[in-house]
Amino acid sequence: MEAPSKPFRWSWRSAKFRALVYQIAAVLLVVAAGWYLVHNTLANMRVRGIQSGYDFLRQPAGFAISESLFEFDSSETYFRAFLIGLSNTLRVAIVGIVLATLLGALIGIGRLSRNFLIRSLCGAYVETFRNVPLLLQLFMWYFILTELLPPIDEALQPIPHVFFSKNGLQYPIPVWALDHVWVAAGALVGCVGAWAWRRFARHRREASGSAPPVVLPALAIVLAGGFVGWLAGGAPSALDFPEKTEITVVGGGAVTPEFLTVLVGLTLYTASYIAEIVRGGIQAVAHGQHEAAAALGLARSQEVRLVLLPQALRVIIPPITSQYLNLTKNSSLAVAVGYPDIVSISTTTLNQTGRAIEAISIVMLCYLTMSLLTATIMNWYNRRAAIRER
Amino acid sequence: MSTITHGYQLIPPRAPPVATEGVLPWLRRNLFSDWKNALGTLVIAALLAVFVPRLFDWAVVNAVARPDNAACRAIGHAGACWGVVAEKYRLILFGRYPYAEQWRPLLATTLMIVLLAASCYRPFWKQWLIALWVVVAAAFFVLMRGGVLGLTPVETARWGGFPLTMMLSTIGLGTAFPLSILVALGRRSRMPGIRTLCVLYVELIRGVPLISVLFMASFMFPLFMPAGMTIDVLLRVQVGITLFSAAYLAEVVRGGLQAVPRGQVEAAASLGLTYWQTTRKIVLPQALRIVVPAIMNTFIGTFKDTSLVTIVSLYDLTGALQLALGDSDWRKFFLEGQLFVAAIYFVCCFAMSRYSRWVERHLNTGARRN
Repeated sequence: MEAPSKPFRWSWRSAKFRALVYQIAAVLLVVAAGWYLVHNTLANMRVRGIQSGYDFLRQPAGFAISESLFEFDSSETYFRAFLIGLSNTLRVAIVGIVLATLLGALIGIGRLSRNFLIRSLCGAYVETFRNVPLLLQLFMWYFILTELLPPIDEALQPIPHVFFSKNGLQYPIPVWALDHVWVAAGALVGCVGAWAWRRFARHRREASGSAPPVVLPALAIVLAGGFVGWLAGGAPSALDFPEKTEITVVGGGAVTPEFLTVLVGLTLYTASYIAEIVRGGIQAVAHGQHEAAAALGLARSQEVRLVLLPQALRVIIPPITSQYLNLTKNSSLAVAVGYPDIVSISTTTLNQTGRAIEAISIVMLCYLTMSLLTATIMNWYNRRAAIRER
Repeated sequence: MSTITHGYQLIPPRAPPVATEGVLPWLRRNLFSDWKNALGTLVIAALLAVFVPRLFDWAVVNAVARPDNAACRAIGHAGACWGVVAEKYRLILFGRYPYAEQWRPLLATTLMIVLLAASCYRPFWKQWLIALWVVVAAAFFVLMRGGVLGLTPVETARWGGFPLTMMLSTIGLGTAFPLSILVALGRRSRMPGIRTLCVLYVELIRGVPLISVLFMASFMFPLFMPAGMTIDVLLRVQVGITLFSAAYLAEVVRGGLQAVPRGQVEAAASLGLTYWQTTRKIVLPQALRIVVPAIMNTFIGTFKDTSLVTIVSLYDLTGALQLALGDSDWRKFFLEGQLFVAAIYFVCCFAMSRYSRWVERHLNTGARRN
């Protein structure tokens, strides 16, 4: 039952009146400070002859970008340059998130191993990579990948057709042809088939008690769909292999040492944090749950899937969301090693055009959008995967 | 015992159970408990046996410790060149501070570290500690800046190395902590105006990388000031770091505030305490105790994040390393210099995380889950 509302009195002794005064004062203060800053900025920009506005995005950029997934030369617009910076950031962030999660989960589980050596090595890994700043780690990896590796005419070949040198990593890629669309279409049909199989398996389990396997058949259906699509497209199998000539390596796909530095540095650093989160999540499940699962006769795989993971995931997913956001934001350190991500492109733009506010506002907008998207996706996954109490 | 046993036979005493204490049982349990474990142990032991002696040879046996460039080049990849540290350590540790005056940052940093260590010790948590902090902070600035007491003035652009890292972290966190408490309280306020302002501040700052904030501080801030007024770059960067840490700390403190049971606030209201009295005496002590581990984590993170000022051309420990090893003679031995700086950061951060665990245990803080 709520208390009856008090009438509003215009007196300092009324809490509501005081709250109103405080709020108006605070908002006025912030607005006044904002107006003062804007006024100064406009005056300074007039004095220095800096123009404002986002129309500079349509002008030609006048600088080259050292690596990108798409074609770019210096006559393209600033807008396209920003898009390429964003694509570079997303490229390193998405690959980094996937690799860091895998590595972090392995190391987190390794920290709980019965084997003393594995436990200690995983613990040493976590402590080492957590206590050194990421920028220093990036500098170290950059030094190793650009100075300590052999030059391209003596490139290392760890596995056939893959070359590793100061100029980066070169590897075979398929020659993209229109027929590859069939593979994607086949895989999509396979996904629908896998979903149908999952529904069928659940229906059979609830009706009769016998549980047909779900994960492996679903994976097999998706792969079979892709394979059928590949056959239907005329089985395109041309691969572009990098060839080693006298002075260089030509052909194949390539990643630069800057990309590798940022990827390896971010992955190893974030994996150490993810390992601690995974360890904390697994330890948060009471030991009695394991005993109860054993008493019910569940196999270890069933226990992990049905008892351990849902309870562990609800503790793991929120902090891992922050780590994914941190990884995306930490990719901005790429400016220190020369990888052209969005911060690096905006710094070059800022230096060339002097439009500091516009450039920085574009960068902030991109990061805010990426943060919001990642948080939304992880919240959706959290609702699906984690068990919720009453 | 009596021998009249009515036909019962005493069975011989049982053999002792399998030993669980001692070296061999420990080995069996931890290294060889089943075949997968045993295989893993053997593989790892083999790898360690191959790589550890080679690492030891590189780092200790074949290493060159004298600052001798020719000897370092002669030894090449077979041995570490710790001579680069012996040669460049003053540049790495103190940045571009004038060579003859480097006793001043050394003294200032030592005072600060001693006071930090003393502040960790519970019997010293008295009122005079705060006064002592004010005195030491003033002494730090006087020593670094000079200009009074016969010390030659040194402009802030030349401050660098470890003293700069210590200054940015300590002063940044010292000012960010009270600010973060205010922002966290504001975010939980019932006044929508205050709440919106705090939410906007926290979410905007947390959504962007620290580099953006530092770039804003160095490139955009001069535009915000009236014409002719310049603010020192170091001060702008310090304010940027403070605002950034305050946003993250505010979220941590808010988590702690949410964990204090509502009954505490209601009991305080029934005793007639005002909002600020309740917050200061009842809610905050409990809230801060609960989140001590997360607060220490944020402190460690901020200490490492000060390395980013390298990108806005302030030469802290990481930046001074880049400066020191721009020298083409010694550039090949960058790795040894980086390992030296990494070791300094490691020691500081590891000490902080150990202290955090000590605080958790000894102050009955954190969520105890056995």
